[in-house]
Amino acid sequence: MSAAPTVLPRSRAGSLADRLRLGDPFAYTLTVVCAASIFLVTCLLVYQLWLGSALSRHKFGWEFIFSSTWDPVTETYGAVPFMFGTVVTAILALLISVPIGLGAAIFLSEMALPAISDTLTFLIELLAAVPSVIYGLLGIFLLVPVLESTVVPALKSVIGFLPIFSGPFYGVSLFSASVVLSIMIVPFIISVSREVLLAVPVDQREAALSLGATKWETTWQVVVPYAKRGIYGSIFLALARALGETMAVTMVIGNTPHVPTSLLQPGDTIASVIANQFTEATSDMYISALIELGLVLFAITIIINGLARLLILTTGSKTGK
Amino acid sequence: MLQRRRKIVNVVMLSLTGVCTVFIVSVLFVILGYLFWNGARYLTVNFFTKLPAPVGEAGGGMANAIVGSGKLLFLATLIGVPFGFLGGVYLAEFGTGMFPSMVRYMTDLLNGVPSIVIGIFAYGVVVAKMHHFSTLAGGLALGVMMVPIALRTTEEFLRGVPQSLREGAMALGASKARTIATVVIPAAIKGIFSGMMLDLARVAGETAPLLFTSLGNRFWSPGWDKPTAALPVMIYQYAVSPYDDWHRQAWAAGFVLLALVLLVNVIARLVLARASHAAG
Repeated sequence: MSAAPTVLPRSRAGSLADRLRLGDPFAYTLTVVCAASIFLVTCLLVYQLWLGSALSRHKFGWEFIFSSTWDPVTETYGAVPFMFGTVVTAILALLISVPIGLGAAIFLSEMALPAISDTLTFLIELLAAVPSVIYGLLGIFLLVPVLESTVVPALKSVIGFLPIFSGPFYGVSLFSASVVLSIMIVPFIISVSREVLLAVPVDQREAALSLGATKWETTWQVVVPYAKRGIYGSIFLALARALGETMAVTMVIGNTPHVPTSLLQPGDTIASVIANQFTEATSDMYISALIELGLVLFAITIIINGLARLLILTTGSKTGK
Repeated sequence: MLQRRRKIVNVVMLSLTGVCTVFIVSVLFVILGYLFWNGARYLTVNFFTKLPAPVGEAGGGMANAIVGSGKLLFLATLIGVPFGFLGGVYLAEFGTGMFPSMVRYMTDLLNGVPSIVIGIFAYGVVVAKMHHFSTLAGGLALGVMMVPIALRTTEEFLRGVPQSLREGAMALGASKARTIATVVIPAAIKGIFSGMMLDLARVAGETAPLLFTSLGNRFWSPGWDKPTAALPVMIYQYAVSPYDDWHRQAWAAGFVLLALVLLVNVIARLVLARASHAAG
């Protein structure tokens, strides 16, 4: 800062400061190129998926996403078993994690003292940092045995009459994968929902309380509806993550390419079939079909992410109902 | 009667929210406890110094996977940090008009792409062209995964720097580039650095994009153009194998990986919390 007065005269002499002034266009060009590289990578990604799946797309056409036969021996490929597994596990994971996550978010924003709330949120966010292969490891050796010995028998005795809970439990199954997924996505639901709940103005709560509402009525009928769109946004983001999750699911789902009739049977998801079979794929058509699955997964997650962003975008213009 | 019902509902529901919180936090402690208990039991010095032993032979370690992970992360940093950082500088300091918001949208989109799809991308760009799996391909996949978060973190922390600092520097005659390099970036460097560390910790645990890029290797992988072992891939392969001694190795590797990732997370988050206190 003290060097400032000397900068001006020297700059006329074409010295360091002058060149630094020329640094502006240089810095602009450098940074804009780096920012634009995002476009390059995304376009290249789509191009790779499109090019790589050409063989399979030409042979099967739209039949690919409507056929449920996946047979590398006869070179017939259909995506239905995997799309089914992906969607079912993700939705079941949401059914488990949304109530728990929303409950915890309400506790952290409405009930807990700020210091406690911050500490607990810190711990919960650490849960989000645990690598997915670690979840898979614990899934195989801790969760599946626990589900097999206690949880599933208990569930079967209560809701075993439902067809989706019928049949023997294989350990590795759609249900196990959903439970692992639900633990993995719950931190996202909690941290985003807590933020939006904390952003609800205090007057809203005070008004409801002064009308004689209980704390719970205030929370459930005033605060939560106010933050509704943000909460939906967090759920959609969690859904997008659940759809694309690979390792933990691969390790506990059983990897069987057929459409299961019960949640207790093994299945497969798009991400896990790619992870499992890509290096074993021997023919070009086989690899091409796997890449087309990648294209389908890419399209699904883009749509879900787009919806989530749309929900969050419209939060500003319209609040609540 | 109604009053009593309302009060009971109030107490029951509020306690349930507490139960949810306790449940989630205890899941974290169960994970940590179970992994550390198992991992610490099976962790030996050999784990850090020896190559993997053949099936049925006792001993052996994952030295090659530790080095492999290090090399992959080094490559990822070389790709992810410069592009993310400079892109972030553009968004925060130069960006006006339509283009920056398009960049932001694309960044979020890329961030939402499942990691296995990034793996297919690196396979197509590097492996299919070179006709063999390599450290290079794995590093590229991880690097591409790092860019979106590096970019958005840099932008966020640069935006947190007060406008008056920029004006002060410019009023003293500094060019825009010089203002950014000597005033704005130093003011935000702590936050940016912590953000990058978190980003690195995130890709350090990634397995899916490595499965068909760096593949795996039971021996040392000299240079950059050969398949290499990596800790997360080893954990996966050992965990799904049918051998008990491999399972023990998987636990030890899981323990090491999780300890590193959580350590980086805790330190970076503490630094971040302090940096935002100082700024606010």
